[in-house]
Amino acid sequence: MSNDTPTKSKEYIRPMPPNWWLTKRTYLLFMIRELTSVFVAAYAVYLLVLAMRRNDPEAFAALLSNPLLIALQVICLPMVVFHTITWLNLTPKVLVVWRGEDRVNPLLIAGAHYVAWAIISIVILSISCP
Amino acid sequence: MARSNEPIFWSLFSAGGVVAAFFLPITIVITGILVPAGWLSAEQLRELVSHPLTRLYLFVLISLPMFHWAHRFRYAAVDLGFKKHANLLPVACYGTAALATVVAAWFLLPQSTAI
Repeated sequence: MSNDTPTKSKEYIRPMPPNWWLTKRTYLLFMIRELTSVFVAAYAVYLLVLAMRRNDPEAFAALLSNPLLIALQVICLPMVVFHTITWLNLTPKVLVVWRGEDRVNPLLIAGAHYVAWAIISIVILSISCP
Repeated sequence: MARSNEPIFWSLFSAGGVVAAFFLPITIVITGILVPAGWLSAEQLRELVSHPLTRLYLFVLISLPMFHWAHRFRYAAVDLGFKKHANLLPVACYGTAALATVVAAWFLLPQSTAI
């Protein structure tokens, strides 16, 4: 029996349920990390609106005292801190430093970044709140 | 090998991730907690924003984190099931970040009179 008609091959796409990221703790943490970027962007937009009002004292103060926006920022803060922690924890994977034959301890590299984060935060705080 | 824009956007993503990690938490503490709590008045913050260095700081803190979001979100959205929009997502995401950059530059970089 001859089979002249070429069989059409079809790419197999593994079905992926929309809730795949809820099925495992590591998947969930991954998705939370990815979605922290939404909070990062939301706050950047808030800063942009604040910047646009910088020559209007009343509008500037009104934005800062808006209860809804204060609540959103309080929600934003832990999400952005989660971004910072996940980001800094990855620094030893990106920066592999060798001292002679020895690899510098990854904990030391991550630790240095945490110290830098603390110093930067204190400096900005002391500049803005004299 | 096909030419790709990936290195450019990945660099912006990475730079935005660093900036957001180091500078955003304390900035949120200032605008979201310290000012509402009265540690710093809105007027003091506004005077601070009039300084050229603060405006440069804000410009960087708006632009790069927006590109960070754009790059992460375009892939996360596909992972969450928006496969049909896989072509539209990068345009929409990077476009939004570019727009935010232009608007931020307009209002922050020159000694312009904002709204």
